[in-house]
Amino acid sequence: MTDLKTPPAEPETAAQPHTNPLAWPLGLAGVALVIVGSFLSWSYDSTILGDLSINFYPGGLQILTIIMALFALVLLLVEKGPLTRLGAWLDATAGLRALGVTLTLYMLLVLIAISVESDGLINVNPGGYVTLVGAVLILVSSRMLPLRQLRDMSEAKLPAWVEILAIAVLMGSVLFVAAYALGLDDAWSFILCLVFVAAMAVALFRTGALTWVGHVSQRQRKVLTLAAFMVAFLFPFTQGGSDANMSIATQVLVFAATAMGLNIVVGLAGLLDLGYIAFLGSGAYVAATMSTSAFATVGWKPPFLVVMLIGAGVAATLGLIIGTPTLRVSGDYLAIVTLGFGEIFRFSMFNLDGNNGPNLTNGPNGVPGIPDLEIGGFNFGDVHTVAGIELGRFSNYYFLLLVLTGFVILVFSRLNNSRIGRGWVAIREDEKAAEAMGVNTFGLKLLAFAIGAFLAGLAGTIKAHQDGAVSPDQYIFLESAFLLAAIVLGGMGTIAGVLLGATILKLLPEKLRFFSEYRLLLFGLLLVLMMRFRPEGLVANRRRQLEFHEEDEVLAVEIDEEHLLVEEAT
Amino acid sequence: MTVTETNRAPARPGGAAVLEATGVTMRFGGLLAVNDVNLTVREGEIVGLIGPNGAGKTTFFNCLTGLYKPTSGQVRFAGAPRKAPRAPKRGTVSVEAVPVQPLAALTPLPPKPRAVVRAGMARTFQNIRLFANMTALENVMVGRYCRTSSGALTSVFRGPKFHREEAASRARGQELLDFVGLGRSTEHLARNMPYGDQRRLEIARALATDPKLILLDEPTAGMNPQETKQASDLIFKIRDSGLSVVVIEHDMRFIFNLCDRVLCLVQGQTLIEGTPAEVQSDPRVIEAYIGTGEDDEDEVDVQQAHVQDTTVTDEEGS
Repeated sequence: MTDLKTPPAEPETAAQPHTNPLAWPLGLAGVALVIVGSFLSWSYDSTILGDLSINFYPGGLQILTIIMALFALVLLLVEKGPLTRLGAWLDATAGLRALGVTLTLYMLLVLIAISVESDGLINVNPGGYVTLVGAVLILVSSRMLPLRQLRDMSEAKLPAWVEILAIAVLMGSVLFVAAYALGLDDAWSFILCLVFVAAMAVALFRTGALTWVGHVSQRQRKVLTLAAFMVAFLFPFTQGGSDANMSIATQVLVFAATAMGLNIVVGLAGLLDLGYIAFLGSGAYVAATMSTSAFATVGWKPPFLVVMLIGAGVAATLGLIIGTPTLRVSGDYLAIVTLGFGEIFRFSMFNLDGNNGPNLTNGPNGVPGIPDLEIGGFNFGDVHTVAGIELGRFSNYYFLLLVLTGFVILVFSRLNNSRIGRGWVAIREDEKAAEAMGVNTFGLKLLAFAIGAFLAGLAGTIKAHQDGAVSPDQYIFLESAFLLAAIVLGGMGTIAGVLLGATILKLLPEKLRFFSEYRLLLFGLLLVLMMRFRPEGLVANRRRQLEFHEEDEVLAVEIDEEHLLVEEAT
Repeated sequence: MTVTETNRAPARPGGAAVLEATGVTMRFGGLLAVNDVNLTVREGEIVGLIGPNGAGKTTFFNCLTGLYKPTSGQVRFAGAPRKAPRAPKRGTVSVEAVPVQPLAALTPLPPKPRAVVRAGMARTFQNIRLFANMTALENVMVGRYCRTSSGALTSVFRGPKFHREEAASRARGQELLDFVGLGRSTEHLARNMPYGDQRRLEIARALATDPKLILLDEPTAGMNPQETKQASDLIFKIRDSGLSVVVIEHDMRFIFNLCDRVLCLVQGQTLIEGTPAEVQSDPRVIEAYIGTGEDDEDEVDVQQAHVQDTTVTDEEGS
């Protein structure tokens, strides 16, 4: 191991002792091959993967490989060349290794996709093989380069405008990639695009660039929030009036807003709630029964804003009713009780059909035919044209839901950074100590339940109109489990993480329809893998990360000590 | 046992009583963990609570702070709770206590930790119970919870009251961290702090509740002599800032150096109460710690409790 002898104290002066002289040229050759290969035809069949069959006119997937190759080139230039100055900060080798592996994987998947889609490897044109060889060369050369010791990223401070520019570029590429990925029709292209995103993310992470982004976003939090909101706002304009993706996007937003509400209960207060979907359902049922649908059972038709408040209020009241007796139990018991509550809600909606009580919900038929929202003369069912771009029905709901999600995030983050939020976290950490420090534990837990339910109820009222129908089988336990999975996958108690988790869990099944039979299996697998390799979630809360990787820290200290020993010995 | 009496500042005598516990008894099924213990703490006084393992010291603390509801007996405290206290439910001895003149300001404490903290009694725990994944400052700010009142709506809308209270909490938290000597660890996670710092952070968190009386449960357990010295300096500093302190400890040198008065519990009963000099010269105390050779002084179990109850009474009679 060459890097073992690198003195950790002075990394910037660290020479690269035993670099294989072949490594760097080999990497350059790899990059060149990938780029050349991407300009050649990959596939004989022009109908698959968005036409990769034309020479010197790269298709979408080929452009992705070119982007990856250019990124590899930048990393190589950091190793040796004009960008070496960055080498003290960026671990180019680690990034290059990640990129080499993922690029090779990407190309293998491309070959598999081509042969699966058009009867065998015979249909792969030379360009595909050339690119694969280039990818392997990058992988091999990265293995020969030494790893580096890095300086602490939190010291890397650039002028504010550079940091803001970096955020803007990042957000812009997020928007671009999202629009591109959603525009892909076939599943293989979508998967390959995901591999590309994962490749870039992993490579950036391994170089340490993402750590820097993390520090930057700490410093420029307002800019980041604004930029993220802008991206979300601009998204419908990239869809060119198509409602297919906007329909998915609205579902993602409903799911994300609900998950964010649950995040208060689970992530902050640490109460495991397995029946949370019932609160979304109660909001939806309130909106449905008070709508102008022919099947609505309540005669009073107040304006929608009032309905929203009523729906949220009903949900919060249910939260208080279920919380008052059950919040005295904790942990597993609470989970079981809330699980039961979720089922009770569903069966109540099933049975309030006039046979066993008042007819509120039409039983298993639910309330169909809910008309589109109309707020102040603005009908959400209409198509509008803004700046020459058509915005359909789902875009209208998308903007409304965006406002709602923004509101929920605002509530979450403001509560998190307040006396109430500290009380919740204290309860999560040690309830008895919190009580002994004067925290009103029962009241706060009840408050978390009520606020979570309130936010879910708000989301439910919009969901009813957007779906156009409510029925009991929309609010099954599986949905609660998915909400919880989104939180665990993304990162408990975080905002970005839960949004990301919700997006992944809602988007993937929609785009990968052919997986739908194995959907649960795949999610189960995903969660198991997450628990094994990154238990704190995709976006780690600073606190949780330390909680789960304490052993790694100890290990790192031990390794450092070993380094010192080795140095002393030599 | 020699005790160096450096550092001792005389207690202000004749201070008004802050806490008066009378006839506190705690029974767990057949086990009598605390049996008719009386304790009076005066203003600006440091009282030590000693006794072998299983003597009921921590149980007694839990009774004082409302974590347990005493089977019988009453805890009265000089800080009036904001709400009018409820009438004690059962088995109180308040009838006897009322005629005593200087205790007029004392009011019974409801056996609820929250109410106790609000009234002005804070505690630390024997096994450190910090909020491990919060920073030092956040830990202390949780202590401010009962002295602030921003609700959920205020927190969401962030009116001027919220900002005022938040800034005040933060400033007070920082001040207390400086006070206990952790001013530079503000942003450290509690779990990553060294053991001694965690102990001090727990004290800072308790101080954040603006108590009049602070109960420290083995503040120097597991510390080296130098840290112990720092701890006793800190306790003197707390006392000098006008608080009363009750401290449980096993380190005799520490406790006899520190305290104005020492109460020795054995098998849930008061063996002796007096000045450090009186207590450390009492042969029964030494016997209780080292043993007579017949009894094992370790954890009390139900059977032993009965046997040893009689032993103690015998000893007291002799």
